[in-house]
Amino acid sequence: MPIEFEVNRKRVEVEVEPRMTLADCLRHHLRLTGTHVGCEHGVCGACTVLVDGAAVRSCLMLAVQAEGAKVVTVEGLSRDEGLTPLQASFRKHHALQCGFCTPGMITTAHALLSEEPNCDADRVREVLSGNLCRCTGYISIVEAVLDARTAYQRAGGGGNGA
Amino acid sequence: MSMTAPKRASNLFVGSPIERLEDLRFLTGRGQYVDDLAAENMLHAAILRSSVAHGRIRGVDSSAARARPGVHAVITAADIGKVPTIPLRHDPTPAIRRFEQPVIAHGKVRYVGEPIAVVLAESAALAEDALEAIAVDIEALPVVADRELARKNEIILFETVGTNVPDTITAVRGKADDAAFNSAPYRRREHFSVQRHAAVPMEPRGLLAEWDAQKERITVRGACKVPFTNRRALAQMMNLPEASVRMVEYDVGGGFGARGEFYPEDFLIPFAARLLGRPVKWTEDRRENLTALNHARDMECDLEIACARDGTLIALRAHACTDIGAYVRTNGATASRNIAQVLAGPYRIPHVRVDVSLVITNKTPVGTYRGPGRFESDFCRERLFDMAAADLGIDRVEFRRRNLIREADMPYALPKVQVLDIASECDSGDYQITLDRCLAEFKWAERAKLDGELIGGRHHGIAVGCYLEGGGTGPRENVRLAVEADGSISLFVGSSSVGQGVETVFAQIAADALEVPMERINRVLHGSTDYVAQGYGSFSSRSIVMGGNAIMDAAQKLRTLIREAAAKRLQCQANDIVIDRGMAVGPAPARAAIALKEFAGLCADGTFASDKRTYSYGAHAAYVAVDAKTGHVELIDYVAVEDVGRIVNPLTLHGQCIGAVVQGLGGAFLEHFIYDENGQLLTGSFADYLMPTASDFPQIRAVALEDKPSPLNPMGAKGAGEGGIIPVGGVVANAVAAALGSLGVEPRDLPLSPPRLWQMIQAARATGAAR
Repeated sequence: MPIEFEVNRKRVEVEVEPRMTLADCLRHHLRLTGTHVGCEHGVCGACTVLVDGAAVRSCLMLAVQAEGAKVVTVEGLSRDEGLTPLQASFRKHHALQCGFCTPGMITTAHALLSEEPNCDADRVREVLSGNLCRCTGYISIVEAVLDARTAYQRAGGGGNGA
Repeated sequence: MSMTAPKRASNLFVGSPIERLEDLRFLTGRGQYVDDLAAENMLHAAILRSSVAHGRIRGVDSSAARARPGVHAVITAADIGKVPTIPLRHDPTPAIRRFEQPVIAHGKVRYVGEPIAVVLAESAALAEDALEAIAVDIEALPVVADRELARKNEIILFETVGTNVPDTITAVRGKADDAAFNSAPYRRREHFSVQRHAAVPMEPRGLLAEWDAQKERITVRGACKVPFTNRRALAQMMNLPEASVRMVEYDVGGGFGARGEFYPEDFLIPFAARLLGRPVKWTEDRRENLTALNHARDMECDLEIACARDGTLIALRAHACTDIGAYVRTNGATASRNIAQVLAGPYRIPHVRVDVSLVITNKTPVGTYRGPGRFESDFCRERLFDMAAADLGIDRVEFRRRNLIREADMPYALPKVQVLDIASECDSGDYQITLDRCLAEFKWAERAKLDGELIGGRHHGIAVGCYLEGGGTGPRENVRLAVEADGSISLFVGSSSVGQGVETVFAQIAADALEVPMERINRVLHGSTDYVAQGYGSFSSRSIVMGGNAIMDAAQKLRTLIREAAAKRLQCQANDIVIDRGMAVGPAPARAAIALKEFAGLCADGTFASDKRTYSYGAHAAYVAVDAKTGHVELIDYVAVEDVGRIVNPLTLHGQCIGAVVQGLGGAFLEHFIYDENGQLLTGSFADYLMPTASDFPQIRAVALEDKPSPLNPMGAKGAGEGGIIPVGGVVANAVAAALGSLGVEPRDLPLSPPRLWQMIQAARATGAAR
């Protein structure tokens, strides 16, 4: 069936089967392969995208449910050149190794910092505990997110830190 | 051959915490993993896997599946003809080879998850839909779901072989016989076990295979770890020359030993692509992954040590038994062999004998997982050492200090693996330094006051342990450095990326060795079989030792070529040319400078060969608080100290260590593949198989040293990446034992999950073990 929604500030129209997940639609129809699929049962968080500003597991959401929504993926949180403050903080703190969970970490952290730019370490750990990373042991990821808070505080929340 | 390290004065990059080159694409969603690929006209594969742990296949009827819309073919054993088995990459004794895995089940199924058929369809969804239309008639057989039953040999998995025990691997040093034990003033014997768990990288496996009918050539995308070895295996199985098989590596979402070995799908997908003449893509889902990717660690060990009254170790002997699952895979015996060789650890023990029996059960086959055999060995040995120290009334730290291999003992011969004839020796090091540093960082003396104390309702405990990490596995690695038209340098290497950052660390090494700015190393091309004539891949903490030193060799040769070419132009001697900031500069007074791009086309091949392993080493300490009411353990602090010989990038090394420690903590506290008596995996999702999350272990510190470079290679590197995981199980179990000493709890089995630890506490109370 045809659906229409916004991805990374662009309107898209796609024809999908009703059973297709949003993750598969983004990856295989729209070729936005930055969103990764790690478990397909909503535990690992690699597929996290923003739907109307909220962090959502795109493997647990059907593409048809995105009708009319504003979807933002890791590509939409990136610039053409260089890194955003959040991404630069990840790089500085070596908060990624294989990079597979990274898009989900970025989208989740962006949603958190946009809402709560003053969150503390416990809050960061609590929110990130929904995203699995097998490489880093998380400590560097928590540090990266904490260090990126200033960018979001300056922006007064609302997401310009990305 | 000169073995002195190059002068550090010229090293601008090696040793510096350079931010990774890879990160730019990973952070912006531009990484390219195998499932991100698509080919024109491609078909999708889905694999029907056995739901029965042990049975005889009476028939597979795929006619209904073939008739489904969008389905192009269903491949079963009958379509393959003579079904090849997957060759062993390591330890191929004739005894072990009898248990190689066929690429598809035929005759029998031997574990839940074993491939039975492959569906090829227009989409992944249609292929998966068709799986349910395949009728498989299996006569269920009694299941061997544990080691004890396996060893009885009443139910046999391989009737033609007639035993469930493929082999026993023995390693020996000195003479650990009854005489050595009977004459010893003190001995203690205990039984330990480590549970089945696994590497579980975040990216599920995938492949995209394309057959070029005109050139009779297969291209397999999604290779990693050991693409050249796998090329050889696939070429043999498909009856093709090696040159007709191309393995291409893309970004790899974690390896940890498991990913990149040759699995049944590594044959089935290329085979399907050739059969159908269309590109075929396959991506496993997590449920498949947890039954298909190598499991690991599943072992028990009967361990005995003999000591003098002062704690000096005299002898160690053990009989370990590893459950290797239903088949011996490419490196299915490696952990067992390692247990035999490293159970004695970094300690001076004159007499050692370790026998490791491998047994076959109806479970997923095992392979290597980061620190294979070493994690298990260290748990058993370090637990027993703490028990012995307590018996003898010797301080735990002093017990270890007294027995560590001394620098004066180097090179120190490890127990020799007999059948495989594998000898190895610790190359160099001062193990006291890392132990002392660990104790200092941990503030051991201060915290010892809290050991065993009940504070705020929780039992506090500390522990420390020492370990060895074997690295730099040979035989060789190859590198090519080439000057490009724009004056940049391309680096081609046989090492692979599994997400550890080889592009960055290799660029650092090459830039220093060529004395050019790092941005001149334009491309680091790794893994794929296109890049060098023969590569050996990334495993066993070998990339920096083997690949790094091969880069040094290639750089030396390229510098010579550049200097010779420059000397010709400037009509001077090659010795008069210096390479400085990317220019070849002639002698004074003119100091004419020629840009590197003037030498475009020059290239040099480098190699590094070694048949001796390097040994990194270190010590870890843990501080825990245990809630006896719930069995929950809080890790209050954890300190890891290692000496890796030579640090290339402190940032990535630190990341490797912390990440490995947390994986080890997962193995110690959380992760467990539990099977029922029917051979069904009960923890086959991420909701059941628990891996560490961001809130579980927030306090871990790591210190890396390079006090004792390896004498075995020019860089002095010893390898890193596995060390962080090796001692974790033993150290945290000892900390828990120390905490619960007043209750008489002595953990002998991992994992120390809350319910299991709670049961241990209850059992200790019931038997009145408390002191």
